[in-house]
Amino acid sequence: MVTELEIRQILEEVKDPEVPVLSVLDLGIIRKIEVNPSDDDKIKIIITPTYSGCPAMDVISMDIRLKLLEKGYKNIEVTQQLSPAWTTEWMSEAGKEKLKAYGIAPPNPKQQFCKEEMFMQEMVSCPRCNSHNTTLISQFGSTACKAMYRCNDCKEAFDYFKCH
Amino acid sequence: QDIAITNISLDLIGQARNFFQYAALLYNIATDAEKKEMDPLVPRLWKDYSRELQEDDLAFLRDENQYLNLLITELPKGDWAYTVLKQFFFSAYQHLLFEQLQESSDAQLSAIAEKSIKETAYHLRWSSEWVVRLGDGTEESNRRINNALQELWMFTGEMFTTEDYDLIKNDALKQRWLDKVSSVFQQATLTVPSTTWMQSGGKQGRHTEYLGYLLAEMQHLQRTYPNATW
Repeated sequence: MVTELEIRQILEEVKDPEVPVLSVLDLGIIRKIEVNPSDDDKIKIIITPTYSGCPAMDVISMDIRLKLLEKGYKNIEVTQQLSPAWTTEWMSEAGKEKLKAYGIAPPNPKQQFCKEEMFMQEMVSCPRCNSHNTTLISQFGSTACKAMYRCNDCKEAFDYFKCH
Repeated sequence: QDIAITNISLDLIGQARNFFQYAALLYNIATDAEKKEMDPLVPRLWKDYSRELQEDDLAFLRDENQYLNLLITELPKGDWAYTVLKQFFFSAYQHLLFEQLQESSDAQLSAIAEKSIKETAYHLRWSSEWVVRLGDGTEESNRRINNALQELWMFTGEMFTTEDYDLIKNDALKQRWLDKVSSVFQQATLTVPSTTWMQSGGKQGRHTEYLGYLLAEMQHLQRTYPNATW
């Protein structure tokens, strides 16, 4: 019999194509895993998109399917659900550590300025030297989920996985 | 900032996809009588496909007059001031719209709005900051954003019209939108225009000449090679 735990362990191997150190579980986008023994062990996985237009989502759905097929599972259904909307609060602590080690500042634990008010700056610490003396360069980085910062101490520019 | 603009576009495309997917689903499960009523908005070319309606059919096969978008969203590119101000006007409206739509009794519309409003908050913040930077910036940036304001203001009135098919009473959003614009303009040393004549027609399918060019570029592949996938 297929168990939820064994599926969960396999999902640990499916990575975010944009940030390959994070698994889909670290990202917090896996909302539900169901195994239905009365329906030929059908595996049902519900994922939620990070951003509406994130091109990684289609790839992630496909990667989940491919990984499970590779491990010998055949009866798979991956569906997307929008509500409740994904938030960076769902990212795992392990995921945040991995992000930092990868050189991307992890999202702050509390939602601070996901608001429409102008000119507010989040205190973001530099993933390289841990300094809090950093400046926002751009609210949008190489992907929708990141902003660009610069560390005023070690002078390095870095990505910040912004609160959402 | 070119990346910011691309990311904003990506969010907007994602939101549009969510709405198109849902519209296609609603059409596919509708009764024959309901389908007949929706017929004027359904793409003609799709009718020969003998398969269910899909999001891409709605995006790539509808004719110009079947698009009911706001005119402000089909205007051509201008300079940076024009781009920023257009985004600001639209995002300020969209933010209020999604706030209302979140309360919808339709679970899927409410879910799309709940998802989208978080993205729109960023668009609004980003664009208002740029309005302030340009308005209260140099002599040139101030001149450019004032020029943009003169061109764009007449397209803002249409956001607050309500058609039979609208779920949201857009008229009721106007005052809060004006409050937001006024407070940002004040910091940007800009003046809210006193002109009241407003352009309209988009929501009835009557468009500026720009939409045709946009659709021609966006749709030519699906129209030349129907049902092509890649």
